[in-house]
Amino acid sequence: MSQLDYLAPTSAEDAASALAAGGASARVLSGGTDLLVQLRAGRLKPGLIVDLKRIPGAIGIREEDGGFVIGAATPGALIGEHKGLERAWPGVVEATCLIGSTQVQGRASMAGNLCNASPAADSVPALIAARATCVIVGPAGRRTAPVEAVAVGPGRTSLGSGEFLLEIRLPPPPPRSADAYLRSIPRTEMDIAVVGAGVNLTLDSSGVVSDARVALGAVGPTVLVAREAGEALIGARLDEAALAGLDEAARAACAPISDKRGTAEFRTKIAGVLARRAAVIAYHRAQARA
Amino acid sequence: MSKRHVSATVNGDPAEFLCDPGVTLLDALRDELGLTGSKEGCGSGDCGACSVIVDGRLVCSCLMLAAEAQGRRIETIEGLAQGGALHPLQQKFLEHAALQCGFCTPGLLVAAKALLDVNPDPSESETRYWLAGNLCRCTGYDKVIRAVMDAAADLRQERRA
Amino acid sequence: MSDVLDRPPAAPKLDVVGTRPIRPDGADKVTGRAAFGADFAMPGMLVGKIKRSPHAHARIVAIDTRKARALAGVKAIVTAADFPDLASEEYEGGESASNLRDISLNCMARDKVLYDGHAVAAVAATSSAIADEALALIEVTYEVLPHVIEVEAAMAPDAPLLNAKQFTEGLDSPPGRPSNIAKRNQLARGDLAAGFAAAEVIVEGRYTTAAVHQGYIEPHACVAAFGADGQCQVWSSSQGQFMVRTCCAKILGLESADIRVTPAEIGGGFGGKTTVYLEPLALALSRQSGAPVKMVMTREEVFRATGPTSGAVIYVKLGATRDGRIIAADVELKYQAGAFPGSPVGAGSMTALACYDIENFRITGWDVVTNSPKVAAYRAPGAPIAAFAVESAVDELALKLGADPIALREKNAVRDGLKAAYGPTYRNIGYVETLEAIRDHPHYQTRLGPNQGRGVAVGFWFNVGGESTAAVHVNEDGGAVVVTGNPDIGGSRVSMAMMAAEVLGLPVEKVRPIVADTAAIGFSMLTGGSRTTFATGMAVTQAAQKIVADLKRRAALTWDTAVENVEWRGGSAWYLDPAKPETKPLSLAELAAQSARTGGPLSAEVSLNAQGAGPGFAAHICDVEVDPETGHVTILRYTAAQDVGRAIHPAYVEGQIQGGVAQGGGWALNEEYVFDAEGRMENAGFLDYRVPVASDLPMIDAVIIEVANPRHPFGAKGVGEVPIVPPLAAVANAVRAAIGVRMTDLPLSPPKIRAAIDAR
Repeated sequence: MSQLDYLAPTSAEDAASALAAGGASARVLSGGTDLLVQLRAGRLKPGLIVDLKRIPGAIGIREEDGGFVIGAATPGALIGEHKGLERAWPGVVEATCLIGSTQVQGRASMAGNLCNASPAADSVPALIAARATCVIVGPAGRRTAPVEAVAVGPGRTSLGSGEFLLEIRLPPPPPRSADAYLRSIPRTEMDIAVVGAGVNLTLDSSGVVSDARVALGAVGPTVLVAREAGEALIGARLDEAALAGLDEAARAACAPISDKRGTAEFRTKIAGVLARRAAVIAYHRAQARA
Repeated sequence: MSKRHVSATVNGDPAEFLCDPGVTLLDALRDELGLTGSKEGCGSGDCGACSVIVDGRLVCSCLMLAAEAQGRRIETIEGLAQGGALHPLQQKFLEHAALQCGFCTPGLLVAAKALLDVNPDPSESETRYWLAGNLCRCTGYDKVIRAVMDAAADLRQERRA
Repeated sequence: MSDVLDRPPAAPKLDVVGTRPIRPDGADKVTGRAAFGADFAMPGMLVGKIKRSPHAHARIVAIDTRKARALAGVKAIVTAADFPDLASEEYEGGESASNLRDISLNCMARDKVLYDGHAVAAVAATSSAIADEALALIEVTYEVLPHVIEVEAAMAPDAPLLNAKQFTEGLDSPPGRPSNIAKRNQLARGDLAAGFAAAEVIVEGRYTTAAVHQGYIEPHACVAAFGADGQCQVWSSSQGQFMVRTCCAKILGLESADIRVTPAEIGGGFGGKTTVYLEPLALALSRQSGAPVKMVMTREEVFRATGPTSGAVIYVKLGATRDGRIIAADVELKYQAGAFPGSPVGAGSMTALACYDIENFRITGWDVVTNSPKVAAYRAPGAPIAAFAVESAVDELALKLGADPIALREKNAVRDGLKAAYGPTYRNIGYVETLEAIRDHPHYQTRLGPNQGRGVAVGFWFNVGGESTAAVHVNEDGGAVVVTGNPDIGGSRVSMAMMAAEVLGLPVEKVRPIVADTAAIGFSMLTGGSRTTFATGMAVTQAAQKIVADLKRRAALTWDTAVENVEWRGGSAWYLDPAKPETKPLSLAELAAQSARTGGPLSAEVSLNAQGAGPGFAAHICDVEVDPETGHVTILRYTAAQDVGRAIHPAYVEGQIQGGVAQGGGWALNEEYVFDAEGRMENAGFLDYRVPVASDLPMIDAVIIEVANPRHPFGAKGVGEVPIVPPLAAVANAVRAAIGVRMTDLPLSPPKIRAAIDAR
């Protein structure tokens, strides 16, 4: 008889100690849109589920010093409705709101998406491009880490025993900057991204790109920061040469596999295409802010 | 392993049931409360046949543990008609022949209601994208979309009157 | 939304048939009250689950159930040992011929497992969790064998053999060694070599399609109770309760009279529920445990262990004169049958050239077993695959000739009086009318933009008649009940009520249709083959006509006159004596109220084997836009014209057309079974088995054409299957127009499109 217990602690510290006590068979429950699928498929057989949703602050978005603090269990639907967040980080918001269906959006969280550690997670390329950080709670207390440090491989995170994400923090967007996220899927909805591209651009007063961060999803074991792809855009006004450089660098950064969702060759080509298109969208958004 | 006791509000009325921790809200609705209107089409949140509204949010009940329903307000297909009077969405589905086998229909109706609660005047595209999580294999969606938009028009008319 | 193009009606104006009343089962369906297969419960019910093979091909060396039996809460376990070892017996009760021994072996493997997911044991326990645990405790020892899934690989002489006793039927000389090829069929006419020799233009191509699933949203479900006296009850989500009864009787060695099968409301079938998977197992478990047993498949089980349709390889060669006359055609079809013989290659062969009048042709079909789930019927079984290839080839021919694709088809169209490629002479067909309808439709004149393309394709399905029984009973207060034995998978029961109401002269709300169990109505073949409105409708109409004849007789008795002086009109009997013009009519309600005095209850039942089903034809137009960088295909616009004979309920006719188009679109673009190197299905769920979602499709314009079938009382022809036949090629031809490359391998997923564009 499977022994499954369920706890809904009302403080972060209680959650951390419950998780630590549960050891390897304990699992965090946020929106549940990944966990319950894995439970049902028999891929996971936890002994303890720790539900974060009753921890104060786990659900909600607040502004802080021009940036944003997003509770770990905040569903995509709430994120999509937050006008301030959408104004500041349209790419992060559109990425998060692409996850699954309307029903999934009613529950799925950014933190869950990140910690599930699928290389195809939609919110993650945009979060990484935005230089988001996360607050991690564990038995030893709290620590902060950049979002890209969380996933270390498909389905694996760097979180220690008893550790979980409490919050994701987005910095204040620099002036004349904007982000964008695009993904490629076979249908129009409901698919896991075959490729995802998040681009975050900052322009100087004359419209020249002064900072560019490009992150690519589903083209490697984790979401990749495509450093050279970003560098290819700096110093230009997103002309054709810059975009061609971006395309080439994005493709070079890819290390995809072929699977039932796409071939490696296809993924590589599309990474270039989406990086371009996302860069163009981000550029126009940034210009509109100038 | 002892069962959990859950109290929630279902379709406006208090409801209680016992469940194993690993049981989904869908299972609890169907097996403990006898509300078999919500269906299991896939068990993995990909088909929407189990759609319900929890605290005003459209969700897949197969992706929620029954234990998470504690203290929540849940609306299922069984609560859409009020006292025997069909909701305009239900009426329009019948008038437009927007159902054939009818299995996906409860989930579609709940999802459509959630749409009209937040967007009383959805375009065809907005309606299609909102309902993308509700699979239908019989209709090709054409009459479903027409029925939802027609019901939306009726409800806007009622509000003006 | 729909245009109804009528022929001049020979029949008088109808009051009910052709209108759009609300279906009588509608309120239950929109309130969640309707009971589908998994919604039923019986006291003391156990949960039944199946242990399935993890190997695509293996010998079962041993099955040890002792640990599972010892688990508290386990009440029954069955394996093949609990079922009789049936002799081979052909069975015509499904949508196509099948073999009862194969059905039995498919339900429970004996000696060998033939696909990943093949059932090897089943348990019944007091809870789902205990049943799962019991499955894990059953120890099965396998000797894994090499497997083969792709059809041409399975045909190769050195392919792993699924059945060492299978020798290919239908060859010119009997084969010396066993083969995965179960059967070859051939159709031919004229002189193929001479035809190609005289041809001035030739097109040739190889086309491939993947296995696709019917994709009904409701998984298979049943509840079965084996009584202590041997009488059984089965509640089942199925397309045919009599088929379920027969299969359970044969597979378990029972008498049909001892099994009563009640059809639940069914959440989609499309042919996939015209066979049994669970019911015999549930009955066997119930017999062993003494309790009712409920079995519901998971979505993963539906994909892994219920029949998809065939994946296939098709070769088409067409020869034509320069002015567009197709004078030679050579078609070879190779279809996967899955684990047991019985792919729909025969029907694929018969339909492949059915729309064309070609003097010289040869059609060869190969039925090939493969280590994949046993194929089941899927909406016009076999025809969409053949049409994909033939319609793509005709499109290629049109391009080569510089001809308009509709005009080319008109030039070679079958018409009344011509002999079909599959044999019979066409009568009262409406094919040319469908071509004219799309030719003259505004869609065809609309301009296209960059990266957009338009495709045209046509399709055919025989539609069948078959055995049906219907009863009509008049109530004491003047309403009526119509009883049939056909599960309603698309809204048919409202059409039954409409036809009866039309004959009786009652408003349709006063005629209530029900679908009865096997003990409460006479035999009916299952719902499939687009037969219900035609054949069961015929039985319903005749039963209603018998009631009317009876009503007239009773009116004559009441008026003390000859029955020739009585007319039935508008729901009443009228006295036709010019000497007594003021005689008030007798309404049905009045006659019903006095029925005891005039002969007793007003009831009639008709059983028939309907002949003269009219075949269906359709012509479709599809516009697509292709994103050349991502390979993504969007269907922008779709128009489908179909001859339905007479639309009894036009809204449900449109619904059948729209639904079939949507399934065809999914088949063309994204649906496919993906197997790994071990022969296991990789995408056994709705996440990665990609059926169309609402945002994938535009509105679908259904154009109803009515060329009446004189063999049906209202002129109806079958509707449900034709719509899925043209879309595969309509979409592929549109993509061809958009990107300038012929795509010959379905589905047209983005990686393939992008690769084709890059190779241009």
